Amino acid sequence: MARGAVAIGRLGGWAAAGFVAVALLAPLAAVAWQAEFARAGLSADWGAVRFTLWQAVLSTLMSVLLAVPVARALARRRFAGRGLLITLLGAPFILPVIVAVLGLLAVFGRGGLLNAALGWVGLGPVSIYGLQGVVLAHVFFNLPLATRIVLMGWQGIPGERFRLAASLGMSRAQMFRMLELPMLRDVLPGAAMVIFALCLSSFAVALTLGGGPAATTLELAIYQAFRFDFDLGHAAVLALVQLVLAGGAAALALGFAVPTGFGPGLDRVVRRWEADGLVPRLIDAGAIALAAAFLLLPLGMVVWRGLGGIAAMPATVWQAALVSVGMALVSTGLTLVLALSLARRGELWGYLGLAVSPMVVGTGLFLLINPFASPMALAAPVTVAVNALMALPFSLRVLAPELRRVEADFGRLADGLGMRGWARWRWLLWPRLRRPIGFAAGLSAALAMGDLGVVALFASPDWATLPLMMFRLIGAYRMEAAAGAALLLLGLSLGLFWLFDRGGRVDVDA
Amino acid sequence: MRHLAIAAGVFLATDAVAETPVLTIYTYDSFVSDWGPGPAVETAFEAECGCDLRFVSAGDGAALLARLKLEGARSEADVVLGLDTALTAEAAATGLFAPHGQSPVVDVPNPAGEAGAWSDPLFLPYDWGYFAFVYDKGKLAHVPASFEELAASDVSIVIEDPRSSTPGLGLLLWVKAEYGDRAGEIWAGLKDNIVTVTPGWSEAYGLFLEGEADMVLSYSTSPAYHLIAESDDSKAAAVFPRHYMQVEVAGKLAGTDQPELADRFLAFMLSDAFQSVIPTTNWMYPAVTPEAGLPDGFAGPVAPGQAILLPPEAVTGLRDGALAEWRAALSQ
Repeated sequence: MARGAVAIGRLGGWAAAGFVAVALLAPLAAVAWQAEFARAGLSADWGAVRFTLWQAVLSTLMSVLLAVPVARALARRRFAGRGLLITLLGAPFILPVIVAVLGLLAVFGRGGLLNAALGWVGLGPVSIYGLQGVVLAHVFFNLPLATRIVLMGWQGIPGERFRLAASLGMSRAQMFRMLELPMLRDVLPGAAMVIFALCLSSFAVALTLGGGPAATTLELAIYQAFRFDFDLGHAAVLALVQLVLAGGAAALALGFAVPTGFGPGLDRVVRRWEADGLVPRLIDAGAIALAAAFLLLPLGMVVWRGLGGIAAMPATVWQAALVSVGMALVSTGLTLVLALSLARRGELWGYLGLAVSPMVVGTGLFLLINPFASPMALAAPVTVAVNALMALPFSLRVLAPELRRVEADFGRLADGLGMRGWARWRWLLWPRLRRPIGFAAGLSAALAMGDLGVVALFASPDWATLPLMMFRLIGAYRMEAAAGAALLLLGLSLGLFWLFDRGGRVDVDA
Repeated sequence: MRHLAIAAGVFLATDAVAETPVLTIYTYDSFVSDWGPGPAVETAFEAECGCDLRFVSAGDGAALLARLKLEGARSEADVVLGLDTALTAEAAATGLFAPHGQSPVVDVPNPAGEAGAWSDPLFLPYDWGYFAFVYDKGKLAHVPASFEELAASDVSIVIEDPRSSTPGLGLLLWVKAEYGDRAGEIWAGLKDNIVTVTPGWSEAYGLFLEGEADMVLSYSTSPAYHLIAESDDSKAAAVFPRHYMQVEVAGKLAGTDQPELADRFLAFMLSDAFQSVIPTTNWMYPAVTPEAGLPDGFAGPVAPGQAILLPPEAVTGLRDGALAEWRAALSQ
C-alpha cells in the first residue's frame, strides 16, 4: 500500500472503529450502569444459551454448505434472466420477519403448498414448528447472503487461472483442489461468522416457529428482562454473553480463514471448460432450480397476498414509504463511509453491530440521550445511525476482502506509478470495487428499509416508517392492507437493492 | 455535558411557556394509529380544552411501563393511557403516579366487588374485554367449552408468549385464576394443542387467519371487527365457563406540569365523546356504555357473570410462579 493512502486510510479506519465502538458499547454500559450489574445471576438462562447456540450452529452450517453448489452454479452458467434471478435471490434476506414467516407458512405451513402436494400424493402432513422450522427460516433468510458472498469469491478467481488449468489438462477434482478450495477456505469462515452472529440474536423467528418456550433464545431472555422483570442488570449480563459468543465465533472464523494467493489477473470472465459435461450441467441446473424454488415460492406468496391489499392501503402508508426510503438512503451513505474506512483498519470493530443485542442498544441509547434531550426529537438521526451500524457488518464482509485483494494484486503497481488519494480511488479502486460497493450499498439500503427494532422504541408521534405502519395495520386487524404494505416494502427494498447492485455492475459482465 | 443539559433545559422551558398548553399522553401504538381511537379522541378533546393534545406511542402496555421506568421522574408524560390491571400494581409501585381523585360509576364487570364501583385511586378504566379463543365457524365443528375439553380434543391453538405480550400474560393469569395449583397440569394437557407460541398478538392472529391453527387467543370482541368492518360473520369466540378480563386504564403522572389539564382529560375519557369511539376503533367494550348503546356484534357471547379478574396486588405475587409453571409444562 502507498504510504500516503495508508496514513489517510489508517486515520479514517480508527475514526470509524471508534465511532462504531462508542455507539454500540456505550449503550450496553449505560444499561449495566443503571443496575447492580454484579448481582445479576445467569443460572436460569443456560437452557436459553444452549438452544441459541444449537439452532445458530445448525442454521449456519446449512446456509453455508447449501450456498456452495448454488453459488458455483451461478458462477459458471450463463442463462437468460440470470441477473434478475441473482437480484431476486437477495430478497428473503431483507424481508421483515413477520412477512417472511407468513410467506414461509404459505408454502411450508399446515395449509401450505407443500402439505397440499404431500396430501395429493398420499403422504402425511409435515410440521414446520420446532427446531426444523427455526432452521428452515434461518436458511431462508441467510442462504441468499451466503450465496452472494461465495459467488463473489468465485468471481474473484481470475479467469486466466481456469484457462491455464484447462490447458494443463487438470481434472475437475484437481481444479477444485487447486483453485476453488483455497477460495472457499478464504470466504466461507467469514460468511459463516456473519450468519452465526445473525442467528444468535434471532428472536421472533425462533419463537414463532420454535413451537413454544423450549425455543427460548438469548434475545427473548433479554426482552423478558426488560419488559417482564424490568431487570436491567440481567439484560446487560445476557447482552454480554451474546457479545462473547459472537466474538468467539469471529475469532474462530478469522483463525480459520486462509487468504488466497491467486495473484493478479486481467479481470476477465472466461469460459469454464471443466464444467462442460452433462453431469455438471445437471447438477448446476438442479442447484439453481431448487434454490430458486425454495426462496422464490414464499416470496411469490407474499406478492400474491399483497396485490389485493394495495388498493386497501390508506394514504399514510405512502407517506411512511417515503420516510423509509429517505432514511434508508442516508443510512446507506453512512454505512459505505464506515465500511470503506474500516476495510483497511479495524475491520473487526465493524462486526460489533452483529454481536450486540438491538434491544440493548436501543434501550441504552435511550438512557444516554434521555438526560439531555427528548429521545423522540432525535428519533430520526438515531434510527439512521443504528440502522447504518447494523448493516455495516454485511457491507464490510462484502467490501473488505475485495479491497484487500485489489490492494494485494495491484497495490504495488499503483505505488510504483505514484497513484495516491483521488487518482488511486478513481483508477485503481473504483473500477474494481464498484461491483461489491453496489452490492454492499444495495444490502444496506434494503436492510435499513426493513428495520423495525430501534424506531419502535423511539417512535415519534409525527412520522412512522413503513414496517411500523405495517404493524399498525395488523394491530388494527387490517390484514389485507398490511399484506399490501408488505408487498410495497418488498418492492421498495428490492428496488433500492436492484438500483445499487445494478449500478455497480453496469458495463461489467457479471 | 453540562452545556448540553442547560441547552436542553432552555428548550424545555421555552416549550412550557408556549401559548397553547400541551398535554402529552403516552399510549400504545395501536391506539394512535389512523384506525385506532387516537385521531377522534384528539379532535374531540382539543375542541373543548383549548390545548394541544400530543400522543406519544410505545409498543404495548408492558413497553409503556418499561419506558416510564427508564425515564423516571424526568418523563414528559402527563398522562399514561394503556396499562392494564396486570400491570397497575407494578406501575403504582414506581411512585410515579398521582391519585385521580374521581369516583366514577363504570360499566365494567367487577367480579371481586360491588357492580359499578371502581376503587383504584391511581388508575381509571377506559375500556375492557374478555380474553377468548376465536375460531372460524365454517372450519371448526366441535368447539371446546373449557380448557379441559380443549386439552382433551385435537383442536389446535396459537397463543402469545406471556413474557412479550399482554394477551399472553392474560392467558397465563386466566389459567392460574381458574385452576390455581392445577394450572401446571392444565398447561401440560394443552401442550399438544399448541401449534406455536408467538411474540405478540399480531403474529398469532396472522397465523390464525392463514389457517395455521383452529383457534387463536384473542378477545371475545374480535369477531365483531370482522362482522362490522368486513361484513364477515364467519368468526366466533368459544365460550368457556369463565373468561379472564383485561381492563385497560389510564393514570396521571405525579410529575406532570399540566395537572388540571390531565384531570380534565381523565374526566373526558369517561364521557360519551371518548367512550362512543372505543367499540369500533379499539374493538373493546367501553368502560361507560355510550348513550347510543353498543354496536351489533358486541352483545354476548360471554356474560358479565362469567368474568374473572385477579386483583392487581395479587398479580404481582402470582406472576413469576405462574410463568415458571408455564415454561416447565411447555418445555417438556
